[in-house]
Amino acid sequence: MTNSATADAGRRWHDMGGDPAGQINRDEHDYALWEKRVDALMVIASKKKHFTVDGLRRVLEDMGPEAFETMTYYERWIHSITQNLMEGGVFTPAELGDKMAEVAARGASYGEASLGD
Amino acid sequence: MPHDHHDHDHLSPSGHPYREDQDGPLSYHQQMEIAVRELLVEKGVTTKAEIAAQITAMDNRSPAIGASIVAKAWTDADFKARLLASGSATCAEMDVPVEAMELIVVENTPDTHNVVVCTLCSCYPRNILGLPPDWYKQREYRSRAVREPRKVLSEFGLDLADDVRVQVHDSTADMRYLVLPMRPEGTKGWSEDQLAAIVGRDSMIGAAVPQA
Repeated sequence: MTNSATADAGRRWHDMGGDPAGQINRDEHDYALWEKRVDALMVIASKKKHFTVDGLRRVLEDMGPEAFETMTYYERWIHSITQNLMEGGVFTPAELGDKMAEVAARGASYGEASLGD
Repeated sequence: MPHDHHDHDHLSPSGHPYREDQDGPLSYHQQMEIAVRELLVEKGVTTKAEIAAQITAMDNRSPAIGASIVAKAWTDADFKARLLASGSATCAEMDVPVEAMELIVVENTPDTHNVVVCTLCSCYPRNILGLPPDWYKQREYRSRAVREPRKVLSEFGLDLADDVRVQVHDSTADMRYLVLPMRPEGTKGWSEDQLAAIVGRDSMIGAAVPQA
């Protein structure tokens, strides 16, 4: 960090503007179906007021810089969406755990686990 | 919908590869996505059809929407004036709802070049340009675009003259920016469709300029 301690006061990791950083990687990829679904769940659940974009960002920011470096964009999103939905009482951690076990038991690939859908 | 998981060798319609994790073994986060999606359907929050419709709507948003707005602004001075005065309301005229955010259109001129970033996260005019490119969401672009924009633009292949002012716009959750590029020389008499065809995504972020 090049900022002085004073300039950094109250500044969190996600506030990246001006930090030193390397070469921009301009490779692009198209989003996989599961990533589009994560995006769609965010749009739908927020439109229906189960949580807000601020709630999404709060969890993403609290996940910290390590998650930013090691997880993909929509991996972080599904984590945040799930946390927000549980906080909002849409489902419980136990319901999530049961459902995740059910999903994993269906098969080893995404297609199988998603029942071919 | 291109989601046949046995379809290993195909590229997407735009020619980019899908992520490897679409076809590979089920990942923890994919497992979570399936579980959350099914719980939301079971709880009556949404339906499979609603999710599919949302994805279709997302797939239908692309930089072509932004390009048509730019081409109209290049050929219709009244529209351009309205667009610069109120981006959201004027896009709504073209049946492009900008929804719960303010769209600000910033015009490139011979003196000023505009470029857009979101230093805090990845805010982007998705309704007009589709989902953002990967680099827009990465640390390197977010950090450097505000400190050394000329160098960043040069790495994108855009070398601006020293006397051109660079204006960097930092997006927020509530405020998104679209760059209105300059109409290139040699396009006199072109139709809106012809003009729209030369307006690429990066030129509306400010990372490129259209070429005739």
